[in-house]
Amino acid sequence: MSAMNRKLIQNLAETMCKQVKHFNTVEMECLIRLFNALLGEQTERKAGHGLDRLNFRHILHNTFDMTDDMMMDRVFRAFDKDNDSYISVKEWVEGLSLFLRGTLDEKIKYCFDVYDLNGDGYISREEMFHMLKDSLIRQPTEEDPDEGVKDLVDIALKKMDYDHDGKVSYADFKSTVRDENLLLEAFGNCLPHLKRIQSFEQQAFQEPQELH
Amino acid sequence: MGVALSRAVQWDSSGADNLENTPLNKAMLSEILLFTEEFGARHPQEAKLVFREPLQWKTSLEASDFKTEYDISGESVMSQESDKDGHPLLHLTPPDITVYTFHHLSNLLQLTEDQKMKEVQACLAANKDPLKKILGSSSATVLLKEGEEDELSGGKELEMKLLNILKELDTKLLNIAVRQITREGRLSPAAVDGEVDQLKSLCGTGESRVLKSVRYTSDYVFSNGCRSPPWRQMDGEICSLIIETCDTEPTLFITCSTTGVFLHEGLIGDVGENSYKRKSDVYRDLVTLLKNKSPHFAKTISEQAIQEVPSEKFQHMETVDEQETGQTSRSYDRREKNAPEKARQQHVQDKPGGRMKKFEPSLKWKNLGLTSSYDKVEEKKAGISGESKNILAHGTKSPASDSKKRANFSETSLQGCWSSQKMKTSGGADDFIESSSEGEEDEEQPDRRAETTTDLPTEYWQIQKLVKYLKGANQTATVIVLCSLRDFNLVQETCQLAIRDVGGLEVLINLLDTDEIRCKIGSLKILKEVCCNSQIRRAIVDLGGLQTMVSILDSSDKELKCLAAETIANVAKFRRARRMVRQHGGIKRLVELLDCVPDGVSVSAEQDRDMEVARCGALALWSCSKSTRNKEAIRQAGGIPLLARLLRSPQRNMLIPAVGTLQECASEKSYRIAIQTEGMIKDLVKNLSSDNQELQMHCASAIFKCAEDKQTRDLVRQYNGLKPLVMLLNEAENKQLLAATTGAIWKCSISMENVAKFQEYKALETLVGLLKDQPEEVLVNVVGALGECAQIPENLATIRKCGGIQPLVNLLIGTNQALLVNVTRAVGACATHPENMMIIDGLDGVRLLWSLLKNPNPEVQASAAWAICPCIENAKDAGEMVRSFVGGLELIVKLLKSPNKDVLASVCAAIAKIAKDVENLAVITDHGVVPMLASLTNTVDDKLRRYLAEAIARCCTWGSNCVSFGDAGVVAPLVRYLRSKDPLVHQATARALFELSKDPRNCITMHEHGVVKPLVDMIGSTDEVLQEAAASCVANIRHLALVYDKARYG
Repeated sequence: MSAMNRKLIQNLAETMCKQVKHFNTVEMECLIRLFNALLGEQTERKAGHGLDRLNFRHILHNTFDMTDDMMMDRVFRAFDKDNDSYISVKEWVEGLSLFLRGTLDEKIKYCFDVYDLNGDGYISREEMFHMLKDSLIRQPTEEDPDEGVKDLVDIALKKMDYDHDGKVSYADFKSTVRDENLLLEAFGNCLPHLKRIQSFEQQAFQEPQELH
Repeated sequence: MGVALSRAVQWDSSGADNLENTPLNKAMLSEILLFTEEFGARHPQEAKLVFREPLQWKTSLEASDFKTEYDISGESVMSQESDKDGHPLLHLTPPDITVYTFHHLSNLLQLTEDQKMKEVQACLAANKDPLKKILGSSSATVLLKEGEEDELSGGKELEMKLLNILKELDTKLLNIAVRQITREGRLSPAAVDGEVDQLKSLCGTGESRVLKSVRYTSDYVFSNGCRSPPWRQMDGEICSLIIETCDTEPTLFITCSTTGVFLHEGLIGDVGENSYKRKSDVYRDLVTLLKNKSPHFAKTISEQAIQEVPSEKFQHMETVDEQETGQTSRSYDRREKNAPEKARQQHVQDKPGGRMKKFEPSLKWKNLGLTSSYDKVEEKKAGISGESKNILAHGTKSPASDSKKRANFSETSLQGCWSSQKMKTSGGADDFIESSSEGEEDEEQPDRRAETTTDLPTEYWQIQKLVKYLKGANQTATVIVLCSLRDFNLVQETCQLAIRDVGGLEVLINLLDTDEIRCKIGSLKILKEVCCNSQIRRAIVDLGGLQTMVSILDSSDKELKCLAAETIANVAKFRRARRMVRQHGGIKRLVELLDCVPDGVSVSAEQDRDMEVARCGALALWSCSKSTRNKEAIRQAGGIPLLARLLRSPQRNMLIPAVGTLQECASEKSYRIAIQTEGMIKDLVKNLSSDNQELQMHCASAIFKCAEDKQTRDLVRQYNGLKPLVMLLNEAENKQLLAATTGAIWKCSISMENVAKFQEYKALETLVGLLKDQPEEVLVNVVGALGECAQIPENLATIRKCGGIQPLVNLLIGTNQALLVNVTRAVGACATHPENMMIIDGLDGVRLLWSLLKNPNPEVQASAAWAICPCIENAKDAGEMVRSFVGGLELIVKLLKSPNKDVLASVCAAIAKIAKDVENLAVITDHGVVPMLASLTNTVDDKLRRYLAEAIARCCTWGSNCVSFGDAGVVAPLVRYLRSKDPLVHQATARALFELSKDPRNCITMHEHGVVKPLVDMIGSTDEVLQEAAASCVANIRHLALVYDKARYG
C-alpha cells in the first residue's frame, strides 16, 4: 500500500511539475505529502474534495503568521481557483508556488485579486475602505471616527490611481508596485514573511527527506 | 484688550479703519474669536452684563440666520431682552447690527459659522476701543474708586470681573504679538535706511568726523524699500553702499542683505556679477562692520556715543537689565516675561497709526543690544553680548519676517534647537579626543534656515496629519502613510523640519525597532533623505536612531541593510555620530558588508544585490573614516583587504566610496603601508585614467598621501602613473581635483627618477602656468612640486624660461604658512642659478625672504634662512645688498636664540655665507655672533654641527674672533665633532679647526683633546678640502710645537 502510494505520489508530482512553476519533483513530492498529511487531519467526508476553509485558515494562521480574518478569507479564495470552497492538491501546490517562490509580477497579480473584493477588475474606494477600516486607532474624541480611514483611502488612491478614474485598475496597481515595492501588500497582509517562508521550506522540504 | 488693539494689531496703513491681513493679526483675531465664542459658556454671569455703549458694525448676517430667542420682523431682528432704557440687547437692520452683551456676541458668532473671522474683524474695525464702550470711558478709575461707591456694588463687581477677564485676554494677545515681533531679527530696508541716515549724520569734514562719506550705489528705491536690482534682491540683498572711512584704504564696498552686512569686491573695472562676491564676514549691522574695519570709526563712535540723547539711553539700559535677569531661562520663557515690558516700550516709542510695522525691526534690534554704537556701556557688561548673539541666532533661525510662516511651529522648532544645542555641549568634552583630518565638518551650529517662498503651511499641516496617522496605524496603514510621506519633497528643508517638528522623527525611529521589514524599509527611505540636513542628523542621533540602524545591519534582508548603511553614511557627518557608530559596533558590521565578489561581470541578481550592499557599506565607512579612531577600527575589523578587493571592481559607483575611504584613511601610516603592500597603488593608478573626476580626485589624493614613501613613489612610476597625473593638470576648472593632482605630483617629484619623467612630460611648464589665480591649496602643492623639480639644475632654466620666477617671488608676500615654506624652498632652489638670481634680485626677492625671518612659524623661518644662502652666494654685490636691509643682520643673529634645531642650522648656514663679506662680518661680530655660536657647540645634531662649524670657520677671520672663540670654549666640542659619522661634518669641522689653530692657545687646547690622531687620519681622506684643512691644522699645531722647542732649547 505504502509503496504503491509512493509510486502514485511520484507520478502525481511529475505531472504537476509540468504544470506548476518554481518546484522540482522532490519538492513537489514533499508538498503533496504535506497536503495528504493535512488532509488526514480532516474528517473523511470532506477529505475527498480537499482542504476546507477552516483547516486552510488554520494553516495560514499557524504556519504563515497571518492574523487578519478578512485577509485570510481572501487568501483562501485566491487559492481556491475553482471556487468550490475546497483547496485541491493542485490548487495547494499552485498557491504555495506563489507564496514561496513567486516572482514580483505573479505576486502583483495575486495581491490585486485578493484586494479586488468583488472581482470586477478594480479596487474601488469602498473596497479600500472595507480593507483599511481597522488599520488606524480610532480617536474617540473625533467627530467622525472614520475620518482617518477615509483620509487614508484618499491617500492610497492618490498614490495609486494613475489614470484618475477614482478606482485602481490592475494596470494602476502594477505600475504603483513597480514604482514602490512596499505597496505590494498595500491593503493588508496576504503574503508570508521571508522568515516564515524559510522556516516552512526547511520544514517541508528537508524533514521528509531525512526520514528516508 | 485695549492695549493690544491700539498698539499691537497692525492697522492698514491706507485707511485706518481696516485691519491688515497679516499673520500677526490673524493669530490675534482667532484668539479673540475663541475668547468671545466661549465667553457665554465660561462666564455666564458676566456675559449678561450690559455694555455702557453698544458695539455697532456692519455685519454680513441676515435675519434668516437667526433662530429662536430673537424676534424677527421682516429684515430686522431684535432680541427679546432689552436694557433698562428699553433698547433691545441685539438689534439688526442689515447690514447694521448693534449688540449690548457678550451673551449675544457669542450667540452671534455661533450663528455665523464660516464667516466668524470676518465678523470679528468687522466688529473690531468699527469699534477701535471696545473696552471703552463695554465698561465706559473711565473704566480703570471707576474700579479704583470701587470701595467708595458701595451702592452700585452688584453691578460693579460684575464689571470688575469682566474687566479682569478682558485684561487677561489683553495679556494673551500681547504675548502673541510679542512672540511674532521677537522673531523679526533680520535686517529690513527700513532698518538699513535708518542706520544709513545715522551714519550720514556722522560724516563731515572736520577733525572729529567719523566717516568721510556714505552713499548708496543706486538712488532708485523700489516699492519694497530695497535699492538692489531685483535679481539681487532674490538673494535677500537690500542695497549696496560705498563708505569712505578716515583710515582704511580707499573705500569700503558694502552689501546690506536681510542676513546682515558684508563687504563685496567693489565695482572697479568690468562690472560683472562677480564683483558682488562677498569677501568679508557677515556682520549684524553697518556699525559693527565699520567698527571692525575701521579702528578710527570704532574709536570716535564710542566717544560720540556718550554724548547721545540721554532719554534713549535710559531705555536701552532698562532692556538690557531685563535680559540679564532672564538669561538663565529659555528664550521663549523670557519672551513671555518681557511681554509687558515690551508693550510698555511700544507705548513710549510708537506713535499711533500705521507706522508700527516699519518700526518693529529696528526696535527689536535695539532690544538685543545690537546697535552697539549706542549702548556701548551696557555691552561691556560681561556675558550680555554673548546672550544677545544667541538671541540673534534664534531670530534668524525662526521663520521670522517671512510673513507666511506659521505661528506655533517655530515655537517647537526653537525648543528643538535648544535641546540639540544642549546635547551638543554635553558631548563636547568627550568629542575633543577625536582629532583627525576632518576639515570640512558640519559642526557649525544649525543657525540658518533656508529662505523658502513656498507655501509652508499646507505642507506642514499635511505632514503633521500623516505623522498623526503614523502614530496610530497598523502595519498596512503605516506603509501607505510612509509611501505618501515620501511623495513630499524631502530634500527641501521646510519638509525636513516639519517632519522633525511634528515629532515624525521619533515615530520613524521607533518604526526601526519593529519586526515589520516593510515598515523599516519605508522609514529608512525617508530618514535617508531627510538626514541631508544637519539639524535632522543631530536630532536622529539624539533620539538614538543610529544605534538601531547599526543593529539593522545584521538583518538578513539586503535591501534593508543597504538602506541602513546609506542612512548611516548620511548621518555620520559629524564626530559624535561617528563615535556612536563605532561604540555600537557599527564599524565591524559595516566592514562585514564589504564582503562580496566584485571582480568581473556580475553573474546573478543575488550577486548584484551583494555588490549594492558592499557599496552602501563602503559609503558608510567613508563617512565614518573621517575620525581617526574609526580608521583604526576599520583596520582592526579587517577592512583593508576588503577595500583592496572592492578597488578592483569595474563599477564606478563602487570605486568612489572605496577609494574615498582609502584616501581618507591614508592619513594613517598603517594604511599607507597597507596600500603599498596590498598592491593597491596599481589600482589607484589605473583609476587615475577613469572618466570620472571625483574618482580621479580621490585616487590622486590617495597617492598624494601615500607618496611620502619612496617605494610608493617608485611604484607609481612603475605602473605608469606619472603621465595620467600630468594629464590631469589640464583639468584646471575642478579645483579639488587640481589640488589632489598637484599634491600627488609634488610628493612624487621627491624622487629624482620621477622628476626626470615629469621633465619628459613637460609637467614643469604646466605647473608654472598654475602659479597664478589658483586657490592656496593648489598653490601649496604646485610650489612644492616646483621646489622639488628645481633640485635638478637643468630644470632651473626651464622654470626661468616659462616665467616662473616672478610669480614665485610674488607668492613670498602671502600669509599661508604651508605655502610660504614651499615658496621659500622653491625660490631658494631657483637662486642656485646665477641668471635666476638676477631676476630674483630685480624683484627684491631677497628682501622678501629676509622679512620672512620675522614670521612666527619656525618652519617658515628655517626655510627662509635656507633660501637666503644661495641668494647671497649667487647675487652680485651680495655684501652691499645684505647691508642695505635695515636691521637685517641683527635680526638673523637674534635667530640663533631659537629653540628649533632646523632654524639654528639654517641660520648658521646663512651666517657662514654672510661672513664672507668682511664688513658684514664686522657688523655681526658687533651683534655678538661669537658667544651665540659658541653657546650652540654642545649639540649632537649632525646637521647643526656641520653648519655651526662652517659659521665658526668663517667668523674666525675677523679681528680677535679666533681668540674669542677659544675663550668661549668652542675648541673642545669641535674636536669631538671629528668623531661624528657624517663626512660633511668632518670637512666643516676641519676647516673650523684650521682657522682656530691660528691662535696658539687654541692649538694647545686641541692638542690636549687629542685632535692630532683623527686629523692625521683625515689627511688620508679622498675629500681634498678635508685633506687640506686637516693637514693645515696639523701643520699649525706642529709649527707651534717647533716654535716652542726652538724657544725652549734654543
